[in-house]
Amino acid sequence: MRTITLGTAILGSICGMLGSFAVLRKQSLLGDAISHAALPGIAIAFLITGTKETNVLLIGALISGLLGAFWIRGITKRTHLKSDTALGLILSIFFGFGMLLLTYIQKQPNANQSGLDKFLFGQAATLLSRDVWFMASVTFVCLCVLLLFWKEFKILLFDADYAKTLGFNTKFIDILITSFIVLAIVLGLQTVGVVLMSAMLLAPAAAARQWTNSLGVMVVLAAIFGATSGVLGTAISASQNNLSTGPVIVLVAAVFVIFSFIFSPSRGLLFRQIRFIQNRKDLELHKTLAFMFEIAQDHENISHPHAVKILNNFHGFTRKTLGKLEAKEYISVKGQMWSMTPKGYHFAANLYNQQTNEDE
Amino acid sequence: MKPQKIAIAVDDLTVAYNYKPVLWDIDLAIPEGVLMAIVGPNGAGKSTLIKSILGIIDPIAGSVAIYGKPYDKQRKLVGYVPQKGSVDWDFPTTALDVVMMGTYGSLGWIKRPGKKERKTALESLEKVGMLAFKDRQISQLSGGQQQRVFLARALAQDAAIYFMDEPFQGVDATTEIAIINILKELRKAGKTVVVVHHDLQTVPEYFDWVTFLNVKKIATGPVKEIFNDDNLTKTYGINYKVSIQQ
Ligand SMILES: Nc1ncnc2c1ncn2[C@@H]1O[C@H](COP(=O)(O)OP(=O)(O)OP(=O)(O)O)[C@@H](O)[C@H]1O
Ligand SMILES: [Mg+2]
Repeated sequence: MRTITLGTAILGSICGMLGSFAVLRKQSLLGDAISHAALPGIAIAFLITGTKETNVLLIGALISGLLGAFWIRGITKRTHLKSDTALGLILSIFFGFGMLLLTYIQKQPNANQSGLDKFLFGQAATLLSRDVWFMASVTFVCLCVLLLFWKEFKILLFDADYAKTLGFNTKFIDILITSFIVLAIVLGLQTVGVVLMSAMLLAPAAAARQWTNSLGVMVVLAAIFGATSGVLGTAISASQNNLSTGPVIVLVAAVFVIFSFIFSPSRGLLFRQIRFIQNRKDLELHKTLAFMFEIAQDHENISHPHAVKILNNFHGFTRKTLGKLEAKEYISVKGQMWSMTPKGYHFAANLYNQQTNEDE
Repeated sequence: MKPQKIAIAVDDLTVAYNYKPVLWDIDLAIPEGVLMAIVGPNGAGKSTLIKSILGIIDPIAGSVAIYGKPYDKQRKLVGYVPQKGSVDWDFPTTALDVVMMGTYGSLGWIKRPGKKERKTALESLEKVGMLAFKDRQISQLSGGQQQRVFLARALAQDAAIYFMDEPFQGVDATTEIAIINILKELRKAGKTVVVVHHDLQTVPEYFDWVTFLNVKKIATGPVKEIFNDDNLTKTYGINYKVSIQQ
């Protein structure tokens, strides 16, 4: 149990980190294509070696995953197919071939293929502590590479052509990123499986993007979300006896996404709505103040009192507006008269310069 | 005319994306210290010309020399302002961070930008009047402001030659004047600036050198000598009448 929790947490964090890059490169489908492309590699590795040793099968997965990834790259570079077409093509060809091989293996009299279909939906229970150790070391290496080439990754993601003119070998950086994405996916196959693996890659990153405008924070957050999904998912599936871990982890990650899309302060739907209403209210207030400003301006003494009545003709004016303006000390109200305070006068005078003022 | 050093020499450059050439046999010799416009209709290959000079696209044939040496050896002398639409402005980063990327080339691999690079970036932002926006998420900048950030990034490269792909695209009159003043400053400092430009009316006012391009090179030379209806008609295919105000 501890092994499994640790394993899923590590997996979640590496997927979150690398998923951020996939999301920002608008290559969300890439993860899906690669994980499906890994399936025939597993089957072939089994057919050749006859063993169900996870490491051996995963090496097969790695080879065919890399093959798939670089074919996709090649296809989009050399032909005029769009990248989603290339992704779809590779995904279905490899997956179809993989399924074909699985059925073939199933029909073999001597082979018990029950060990292989765990790669379809994953089986966290089969994680051994040496698998977890392996995952941890790969994650560590990945982290080091990330820190080392941070600047190169960032500029490639933002503006690859420009990076090239600066003399960076963009092909190398690209291959580095893609290889690590493939590696992370292959690591996750045993736990989450071919079918759901891409969600593991994308969900934490998509959720993290909602909370920040900094690449560094996004990658860290995605790793945290991924790890948390792993831990919570494992705990939930362990408490409900017959729930398989992979799908539960993915569901937890999906909850992160939904929560983030609604509640993020800067991009979330909820706060956007609140801000919209707030802005509209402020605008009404400002309009009234601007109107008062014009009246006050006609007098030498800006704080000269005026009748509230004259405001009644003004569109959108209510008693409440008056109260709010008074609360902000922009005006003072005495009986049926109002007068502008120096603070209000100053504020109103700069009302339309505000945008530039706030940019400091 | 006094003999000038040639900053950019393009020789027999031919580029194709598919089978049909987009650029055909281009020869250019751009003297040092000019402010040059590249004009031509949409799809004429203006962006492609810049990209192939910068090695972003591999040409089928031809060669490019920067101050007599291949571009690969002279990268540090060359700055680039891409077309604004070529990147995702929703990328999680700030204006200052983008401008800082201009210093990555001189940093080379692995080394992180430090205080010096930050100072360069801040100065470049100041030059384009965007210092107040340094910490803004780039998606929250207006189109003209984004354009200025791109310009600042190129300035941070501190190059001798600049290529700019439509730096005036979607900017208002004030920003346009601000940008052209920066370009003229660069020229005054002895730099060579090559700009893809669409507004034919302003060519004589802004530039001293011009290249007409439409798949083939129609003409290249000083604005005073070659910016005329004849070349415009050859380039745009319809009868052009611009009154040259000089
Ligand atoms: N990546 C590409 N793949 C295939 N064809 C391309 C590609 N980029 C440009 N082209 C084609 O090459 C030609 C020249 O394009 P280019 O972008 O250089 O034109 P441009 O002069 O910059 O036009 P604009 O004024 O619209 O920016 C066009 O016919 C265009 O369709
Ligand atoms: Mg163009």
